[in-house]
Amino acid sequence: MSARALWVLGIFIALVMLLAVGLTLNPREVPSPLVGKAAPPFELPLLRDPDKTFTTKERLGSVWLLNVWASWCVSCREEHPVLLELAKTGAVPVYGLNYKDRREDGLRWLAAYGDPYHLSVVDPQGRIGIDYGVYGVPETYVIDKRGVIRYKQIGPVTREVLAQKILPLVGQLSRE
Amino acid sequence: MNRLFWVLLVVPFLAGRGLADNQPDLDQRVAAIAAELRCLVCQNQSIAESNADLAVDLRRQIREQLKEGRSERDVLDFMVQRYGDFVLYRPPLKASTFLLWGGPFLLLVLGIFLLARKIRSVRRPAPQLSEAERARAAALLGTGKE
Amino acid sequence: MIPELGQVALSLALAVALFLSATSLYGAQRSSASLMAFSRPAAQGLALLVAFAFGCLVRSFVANDFSVAYVAMNSNSALPLHYRVAGAWGGHEGSLLLWTLMLGVWMSAVSLFSRHLPEEMTARVLGVMGLISAGFLAFMLFTSNPFDRLLPAAADGRDLNPLLQDPGMVLHPPMLYMGYVGFSVAFSFAVAALLAGRLDATWARWSRPWTTVAWMFLTVGIALGSGWAYYELGWGGWWFWDPVENASFMPWLCGTALIHSLAVTEKRGAFRSWTVLLAIFAFALSLLGTFLVRSGVLTSVHAFAVDPKRGVFILGLFALFVGGALALYAWRTARIGLGGSFSAVSRESLLLSNNVLLAAAAGTVFLGTLYPLALDALGAGKISVGPPYFETVFAPLMAPALFLMGVGPLARWKHSGLPELAVLLRWALAVSFVLGMLLPLALGTWKPMVGFGLFLALWIVLSSLTTLRKSLRQTRAHYGMVVAHIGVAVFVVGVTVVKGYDAEKDAALRPGESLELGGYVFALEGIANANGPNYQAARATVSVTRDGKPITVLYPERRIYTVQQNPMTEAAIDTGLTRDLYVSLGDPLERGAWLVKAQVKPFIDWIWGGCLVMALGGLLAATDRRYRFNVKKETILAEARA
Repeated sequence: MSARALWVLGIFIALVMLLAVGLTLNPREVPSPLVGKAAPPFELPLLRDPDKTFTTKERLGSVWLLNVWASWCVSCREEHPVLLELAKTGAVPVYGLNYKDRREDGLRWLAAYGDPYHLSVVDPQGRIGIDYGVYGVPETYVIDKRGVIRYKQIGPVTREVLAQKILPLVGQLSRE
Repeated sequence: MNRLFWVLLVVPFLAGRGLADNQPDLDQRVAAIAAELRCLVCQNQSIAESNADLAVDLRRQIREQLKEGRSERDVLDFMVQRYGDFVLYRPPLKASTFLLWGGPFLLLVLGIFLLARKIRSVRRPAPQLSEAERARAAALLGTGKE
Repeated sequence: MIPELGQVALSLALAVALFLSATSLYGAQRSSASLMAFSRPAAQGLALLVAFAFGCLVRSFVANDFSVAYVAMNSNSALPLHYRVAGAWGGHEGSLLLWTLMLGVWMSAVSLFSRHLPEEMTARVLGVMGLISAGFLAFMLFTSNPFDRLLPAAADGRDLNPLLQDPGMVLHPPMLYMGYVGFSVAFSFAVAALLAGRLDATWARWSRPWTTVAWMFLTVGIALGSGWAYYELGWGGWWFWDPVENASFMPWLCGTALIHSLAVTEKRGAFRSWTVLLAIFAFALSLLGTFLVRSGVLTSVHAFAVDPKRGVFILGLFALFVGGALALYAWRTARIGLGGSFSAVSRESLLLSNNVLLAAAAGTVFLGTLYPLALDALGAGKISVGPPYFETVFAPLMAPALFLMGVGPLARWKHSGLPELAVLLRWALAVSFVLGMLLPLALGTWKPMVGFGLFLALWIVLSSLTTLRKSLRQTRAHYGMVVAHIGVAVFVVGVTVVKGYDAEKDAALRPGESLELGGYVFALEGIANANGPNYQAARATVSVTRDGKPITVLYPERRIYTVQQNPMTEAAIDTGLTRDLYVSLGDPLERGAWLVKAQVKPFIDWIWGGCLVMALGGLLAATDRRYRFNVKKETILAEARA
C-alpha cells in the first residue's frame, strides 16, 4: 500500500461522502442575509385604498408577518388556506406585499380566494421586493417588536412550517 | 528556465485582471456588472444573459445606481446585502473561500514539488559494484552461456 | 408491443452482461480458455441487444407512440422527423440508453480489434466493461426505464425542449458519449492490467490507440456543444463554466494528460503507476459528470429532471467502480517496479510537467465546481463560483503548459541539454515573440494579453514545425502530434482574439433604422411572420453593409413554440474566417420598435476550428502503422530502426 494510493483513496471516500450529503441539500435555495437585521423600512400605498399608505414604523412594538404574494403566483394558492386559518386564530397579524402585480388582478384574486391580510400594500415594480431580497414568490418574513427580521420562509408556508417554526418563534418574540 | 517559468505564470494573471477599456459607456458598465451577478430564479445564468423578470428588474437597478454615480463596488455590495454572497459569481475572498482562491496555486505547487521529487529520485546514480561483483557480472554476461 | 420488446431486450442484456463479467473475469483468473471463449460473443450479443432496445425506443418516437411515458414527455406529433429521432436522447432515460449503446459499440470494437492481445487481457477488459454495462442497465431497469408506459396514453406529447430542436442536438450527445464511454476502455485496460499484476510498456501500447480515439470523440463532442450553445442561445457566448460543461472538461483535461503519459510509459516504461491512476481518473470523472447532471446536486441549465433516488443509485455505481479500481490500485501498485531514469531536462520530465499542469488544471475546475457544494454541506454558507473565478485562475495554469508544448517534442528521451534546445528554438522564440506582440496592432488597439496569447500560439506552431527540420518523413503518429498541437495554437488564437476584441451593441430599432458597430452598419429592413411546423415566429430582415458595400442579409427570428410557450431567439450569423457577424432579435417594444443586438466577433470560428484540427491530429496518431494490427511485424521493426 503506497502512501500515494492511500491519499487518493482517502480523498475519494471524502468525495463520495460529500456527494451523498449533497443529495440531501437544495442547491437552489438562497438563505437570506437579512435575518437578524432591521427590516428595510418602506411606505407604500394600500391595495384597497391607494390614497392611504402604510409604513413599517407603524408596526414597531409588535410582532408581525410580512407575506409576499401575487395573483400570477401558483404556489401562493397552496399556502393561502394556511394563511386564512392563521388569520382566523388571530395569533399574529399578516400583512401582504402584493409584488409586481396589477391592482385589479390583486383585488380580484383576494375576492376569489379570501383575504387573510390585515392589509396589503402594492409594490408594482418590485423595488421593495428587491430590498427584501425577494427572488421567488411566495416568501414570508417574521418581524419582531424592534423591526428586526427574525425568520424568512422561502416558498409556501405549510401547516408544518407554521406549527413547528413560525408560531413558536412568534410566541417567543411576543414575550421579549 | 526557472525564472522564465515564474514569469510565464504571473504575466497572464496580471494581464488578465483589470484590463478594462478606458471610458466604457453606460451599457457596457451595466453589462459588465450584470455578468458578475447570478440570476437567482434561473438555472445558472448571469443576470446579463437572463430574460427572467427579476433579472430585468435588477439590470434596471444597476443602471439607475450607476447613473446616480455609484461605483461598481457599491452596486455589488447593494446586491450582496439583499441576496447574500450567493449572488456573486466571483466568490468573495474570505476565510471560508481561502481554499478556493488559493487552491489552484497550492495544487500547482504540490505538483511541482512531487515532480521535483520524482526527478531527483530517478537521478540517483547507479550503485557502484565491488571488484568481486564486477568479476561475477562479467562471468555471467560473457562466458556464462551454458 | 415494441416498447415491451425493448424492455425485454434490456433485461436480457443485463443477464448477458452479468454472465459476460462472471465468465470472463473468473476465466481469466483461472486461465480457463473455455470460459474466456465466451467473452467476445457475449460482448457482441450484449451490444446487439442494447442496439435492438435502442431501435425500439427510436421507433416509438418516430411512430408517435404517446403511450410510452418518455415519448410523451419529450416529443410531439408536430415535431419534425429528425428531431423525433434525436428526442430519443433528449431526456434522462433515453440518454442513459444512448450511453449504454455507446458502451456496446466500444465493447464490440474491442472484441473485434483485439486479436493480437493475449486472451486473458481481452477477457478481462471485456469483463470489466460488462460490469459497467450491467451497472447502467440495472440503473435503467430499476429507476429510469425509458419504456415505462403511460396509461391512459397522452393525446399528444409535451414536445422536445425547443432549445434541443437543432442539428447540434443530433450530433453533440452521441459524440460526447462516445468520448465519455470511450474512456471506459482505457479504464478497463488499466483494471485488467492491475488484475493481471502486469503493468508494462506493452499494456501502454495496447491502451494508447483506444484512449486517443476516445479523446478525439470527446474533443469533437465538447466543441459541438460549445458551437451549438453559441448559435442556439442567442447572445453569443460559447463557454459558461457551467457545472455540466465542467463535468465534460475535467475528463478531457485528464484524458489529454493520459495520452501524454501513455506515450512515456509506452516508450520508456516509466510512470506506469501514475498512468494507471490517470486512466482510472479519466473514467471516474466521466462517471462523476454523469452523476452531477442527473442527481440535482448542482444547478445547471443542462441538468436533466432529477430525482434524488436516481442520484443515490449513480453515486453507488460511482463508489463501486471507482472505489473498486482505486482499492485494486492500492493493493497492486506495491508490486510495480521503478521505471527508467531520466534527467531534469528530458522529454520525460517535460511530459511529466505537462501532466502536472493538466492535473492542476483539472483539479482547479473540480475545486471550483464542487466548492459551493462543500461549503453548503459543511453549513458554512452558500456561494456561487462562476466564470469570473474560472477565468482568473485557469489562464495562469495553461500558459506554462502552452509554452512547454513547444519544448517537449524537441527534447530527447532520458537526457536533453538545455543549451542544445535553446539553439534549436531560438528563432522560433524570437519570431513568435515579436510577431505575437506586433499583431494586435493589426486588429485594433494594442492589448498585452492578446499579444501574449498570439505569442504562445505562434510559438507552438513554429516549434512544432521545427521538429520537422531534419526530414519531412516522419511517422503518422508524429504528424498527428504536430497537427494536434497546431490545433491547440489555432484554438488559442481564437480565444485570445475574441476575448480581446469582441464588440456588441443593443438598440431599439424600427424598420428603416440601423445601428453601427465595428465598421459594419446593421439596418433593420422589416419584420415578417415566419411560422414553422411547431412554432410561431417573427423574422427580421437585417442587411449588413460595410463602407456602403453590401456584405450579407441576416434573418434573426424570435420564436414562440406552440406547446411549451417559451419565447426563444434564433440568432442569425454570418460566418467568416476572420469574424462572425451575429444578430439576435429581442422583445418587441412599443411603437413598432424591436430590440436588436448586433455583435462582431473576430476569429471566433478558430475556436471550434482549432478543436477539429486537434481531433484530426488525434485521428492521425491513432491510425499510425504500429497500431494497425494487420501490418507485418517485420515492417514495423524496420520502420522503428529507421
